[in-house]
Amino acid sequence: MEKKNLFKAFLGKLPQNIFAGFVVSLIALPLGFGLALASGAPPISGVIAAIVGGTVVAILGGSNVTITGPGNGLVVVVLAAITTLGAGDMQQGYLYTLAAIVISGIIMVILGFLRLGSLGDFFPSSAIQGMLAAIGIGIFAKQIHVMFGNNSAKGSIVELIGQVPNGIIDLVNTDNQSVLFAGIVGIVSLLIMVFYSKIRNKYFQLIPAPMWIVVLSVGMYYYYDMFSASNYPIDKSLLINLPDDVLSNFAFPDFSKAYQWDFINAVIAITLIASIESLLSIKAVDKLDPLKRRSNVNKDIRALGLATVISGFLGGLNVVTVIARSSVNVNQKGSNRSANFFHAIFLVLFILLFATELRKIPLSALAAILVYTGFKLASPENIRKVFKIGKEQLIIFLVTLLTTITTSLITGILVGILVTFIIHLVINKSITLFTRNIFKPNVLMFKEDGKYYVSVKNFSSFLNYTKLKAKLDQIPENEDAIIDFSMCDFIDHSVMENLNNYAEGFKRKGGHFEVIGLDGYKTGSEHPFALRKNIPLQTEESESKNNLTKRQKSIQSIGNDLGWNYKRLPKVPVTIIPHFGYFKTRQINKISNLLSNESCTLFDVEFSEGELIAKQVVKATMMFINIDKNVPEFTLDKEGIFEYIYHFAGFKDINIDNHPDFSKRFYLSGKEATEIKQFFSDELVLFFESNKYYHIEGNEKGLLIIGRERLAGIKEIKSLADFGIRLKKVV
Amino acid sequence: MIKKILIGIAFSPNLKANLFEALRLGNMFGAEVIGVHVGDKTEKKEKELQGLLNESPVKDHTFKTFWQKGEPVDVILNIANEQAVDLLILGAIQKENLFKYYVGSIARKLTRKAKCSVLLLIKPSTDRIQCNHIVVNGLKDEKTQETLKTAFKVSQDLGCKRVTIVEEISQTELKVKVSDDATLRKSTIAKERLKTREDLRVNHLLKDIDTTDIIVKTQSIFGQRGYSIGHYAKVKRADLLVMNAPSKMGILDRIFPHDIEHILAELPTDVLIVK
Repeated sequence: MEKKNLFKAFLGKLPQNIFAGFVVSLIALPLGFGLALASGAPPISGVIAAIVGGTVVAILGGSNVTITGPGNGLVVVVLAAITTLGAGDMQQGYLYTLAAIVISGIIMVILGFLRLGSLGDFFPSSAIQGMLAAIGIGIFAKQIHVMFGNNSAKGSIVELIGQVPNGIIDLVNTDNQSVLFAGIVGIVSLLIMVFYSKIRNKYFQLIPAPMWIVVLSVGMYYYYDMFSASNYPIDKSLLINLPDDVLSNFAFPDFSKAYQWDFINAVIAITLIASIESLLSIKAVDKLDPLKRRSNVNKDIRALGLATVISGFLGGLNVVTVIARSSVNVNQKGSNRSANFFHAIFLVLFILLFATELRKIPLSALAAILVYTGFKLASPENIRKVFKIGKEQLIIFLVTLLTTITTSLITGILVGILVTFIIHLVINKSITLFTRNIFKPNVLMFKEDGKYYVSVKNFSSFLNYTKLKAKLDQIPENEDAIIDFSMCDFIDHSVMENLNNYAEGFKRKGGHFEVIGLDGYKTGSEHPFALRKNIPLQTEESESKNNLTKRQKSIQSIGNDLGWNYKRLPKVPVTIIPHFGYFKTRQINKISNLLSNESCTLFDVEFSEGELIAKQVVKATMMFINIDKNVPEFTLDKEGIFEYIYHFAGFKDINIDNHPDFSKRFYLSGKEATEIKQFFSDELVLFFESNKYYHIEGNEKGLLIIGRERLAGIKEIKSLADFGIRLKKVV
Repeated sequence: MIKKILIGIAFSPNLKANLFEALRLGNMFGAEVIGVHVGDKTEKKEKELQGLLNESPVKDHTFKTFWQKGEPVDVILNIANEQAVDLLILGAIQKENLFKYYVGSIARKLTRKAKCSVLLLIKPSTDRIQCNHIVVNGLKDEKTQETLKTAFKVSQDLGCKRVTIVEEISQTELKVKVSDDATLRKSTIAKERLKTREDLRVNHLLKDIDTTDIIVKTQSIFGQRGYSIGHYAKVKRADLLVMNAPSKMGILDRIFPHDIEHILAELPTDVLIVK
């Protein structure tokens, strides 16, 4: 019986997952091409990885809303493998690397069976950050030249960066029209990537930025083909190269180097990065899952390994869990693994149906996507974040970064671990603390009076974090947990960061996670591992320090006019707002500029949606109305094209009887149809019909009113406040 | 139960506190106390010892001293056997500047080889400190019955009002590994079931033991055996930890510490090992 219901629920969710899979495939296609090109492999290999990954992991995986395919992190490793193994011959090197990919897949399957999927937990987080930034710089350095239309730039990462100014001069002075046009397409594409998130138009945003680049460059080709007298200005060598019969010409791995040291080195590097990248992504995506499920990491690693083996045999790259595409999936309401599957299906369709069109994409356009990705991985913002945690974290970060860039990835991460450990020794001025206790069990957990109590002894750092993690994972997130560090002499940043993740997980699922016993510790500016620094500012600061901006002053004066109360920052952290459906997939960073009377509160909120290249930080003005009676959960929107798509995707529009006009103009949805119908009295319907349109959401706590997804001007604030007062009266 | 207590006399700065503790315990248990000094019998030493005995708050005691030369471990063990001693009291060493205690090499050897129960004191005190909370293991072991009996007898004698019986359950007994929501639910249910089973077992053992006036609590802990109970005793600031004597201790057990070795490496509180 239960199984049948589950199946029914699955079928019900199918349309929205197909839709999410479609949108994801739009971003996966250009990324697949681009990542493969950047890895020095044939462009189709990236798409093969995405297709195989999408199908295998969707069937056998252990996570829910993740998308799998070729990953950013592997670009640098695979490129290095192809270059060294091929010794100049890229095609042969690619075949050797495929063999390395197959073997790394087998190792990942074994790791999954040994429950060692948590390999990534053994690495200090600042070192991982440094490594990722180095990968970003590596991608950036190589691709920026391709973006300028120059495919032949060679050298180490440092040399490539040094050549950038020359690359720009060459592009400006070039007399080769083909290169000039390719460069212009590349730069325009980069601009699209950068400014895409600034345009909050929902029709524009339906197509992800990378797909816009593809659409525009294919469009440009057709313009020259059909309307313009001159020929397509970009030479074929600067366009993407796909095999003639895409789905039959598979490359086959060459295992003949399998016993050589270079090969083994490549296998280790690929496996290491693939598992770390997947693990980080799975963790990050779990935080976005609106249904708050916990992924089975080891099962996922097994599935990823198997997918990698198959992909390698078909001539595809590694399959890893990817964060940007997964976050797009979540934003498009993908709810189970079938979305990943459909993303693969759509990719197959694209390749089969549009192969001719896809051949028109200039390499420089794809390079622009990667330049942006590389920049995001190594963005100065990340460095600032690391520095905020502590100076020594910056040292770890920079040492790992520089070693990785100048030597290799494995050396880089090993040096990162070593530096972290040395810094821990220096901070504690003791080596015995670590040597004596490293193999001792140091964590005690027991349940008492319905609460889980965890006590940690001696030291807790990346070296023995798995022991703590094993205990914490056994606590259901809807329970109360107390973590006591009072018997622990030293806690490092990696542990603190992970604890913060647990705390968030517990908060999401309604539990309580409290860390105690750190009060007497040297924290703050002197001690590095103070998590307190990481907690975003959510409460009232010393008001006098910062002067109010003009907008803040205006809001204050509106407050005076209306008799409302203005506050720059909330006194206590806001807890009601995150419960609204709108924020299920969006993370609130900060709430400020509160304007409130007894029941209505207007506020500015800063939140982020998506991750990595799909990440968008949005600041918007909203209003919360506190309603005394019980409000059913619903959302109310203006009927538009999107809602027709939702209709198609299986969302139901609730029609209010006797108000055909309202039902036509507004899109109302929610679970409890009868209660919603009851809530929407004639008076309320009339009110909505005759007033300005806002996006409105209800839940038991009250109503959330959203105008545009941006900060409101003074006039808009006034009308929003007025709307709120009148709505409150009607309700 | 405990009729004869043996204490080693080393003329260290701790002697006074150790001696007073031993005399007090002898008084409370109604036991005879004997002291053993491994080394020469000199007039100075005798005088010092006599002085301390006269200072003792416990006036009504029978204290016998043995003076014997030789290897400390052998001498003490021999006398303990000859005199049919029930309890051996040993002092622990405090790590420099840290609030951590461990058992010195001689005391460790004695603990391993002694045929009687051993009491390891971390902070012997010249003044009496009331014992308020005793933690005792409730392992599934044939010795546990005896250990529980001793623990409750001791707590009656010391006037201790609270005894917690810790059931250490090995993680492997769970048979469920947590990897996602479904397995987490399963493991939580399995834990509840094991806990009920353990409580039943311990309650069965308690049937024949006099627990009047004592608050008895059972606490099940999933974790490494021998380690968890020590950590628990420390967290709960217990005054005495009562443990089963280990069944066997070979060289391998010292390399891969388990059970009581964890406790010996870092004493959480006073520990009584029952044999």
